[in-house]
Amino acid sequence: MPLDPSFVGRSWPATEPYLVGREKIREFATAIGATDALYHDLEAARAAGYSDVVAPPTFPVVITMASSGRQILADPELGLDYRRVVHGDQKFAYTRPVVAGDSLVCVNSVDEITSRGGHDFMTTRTEVSTEAGEPVVTVWSKLVQRGEEDHG
Amino acid sequence: MAEQLPTQTFRVTRADLIRYAGASGDFNTIHWSDRVAESVGLPGVIAHGMYTMALAGRAVAEWAGAPDAVVEYGVRFTRPVPVPDTDEGTEVVVSGVVKEVTDDGLTKIDITATCNGEKVLALARATVRKR
Repeated sequence: MPLDPSFVGRSWPATEPYLVGREKIREFATAIGATDALYHDLEAARAAGYSDVVAPPTFPVVITMASSGRQILADPELGLDYRRVVHGDQKFAYTRPVVAGDSLVCVNSVDEITSRGGHDFMTTRTEVSTEAGEPVVTVWSKLVQRGEEDHG
Repeated sequence: MAEQLPTQTFRVTRADLIRYAGASGDFNTIHWSDRVAESVGLPGVIAHGMYTMALAGRAVAEWAGAPDAVVEYGVRFTRPVPVPDTDEGTEVVVSGVVKEVTDDGLTKIDITATCNGEKVLALARATVRKR
């Protein structure tokens, strides 16, 4: 079943704030093997002009994947079969790095839905900003729903 | 001649995927169950695309001299990274080349990431403000 094209252009209400934790950033940095002091050491981060430890570049996906998953992918009207989904593209454009203590809200949109060669493609965009409205990062994610004949 | 980023090799084992799943909240079964991965036509457990992207991001941030230097970063996932259940796991090799330095001091980098000699990312590009 193809994805419902009427989702294109839709935006969802801003999500509940996600409070970025210092230990969550350290845990994520450790999981990707990133040892830079700015990710782990409060004093180093403050010396570099930040209020707390800085998150690695791909950290925002922790927040955006959960929020777009809840608001968009889980909507039965979309018609997505998550078992057939693989990650196509991912992009981040930062206004500034995410820092521990940030209280971040996400506004999710569907930019594009296309079909090609039996596969369906959907691009979501998440505008991540602070609760106060300061833009932080824009995150695009393209998911591919593989055709039914493709596996088994 | 264009400046090259030093090539970095990252070892990836099942333990890394489990740790990444926990840290990122991405518990998709294909990243930890051979049974489920094979049932959807994969050779076995594969790495999270976002884990590969994070490794390549590490290489870029280290080269840029600052972990907060990345202002734009995008990739296309072209091929899965199978991670066998062995002590050695597999290896992801990341290299890069500087494509452009803009007038306002931004450096644009094209990234190459391979596993078993095959490209696992395409259109992998980062823009950094180099220190």
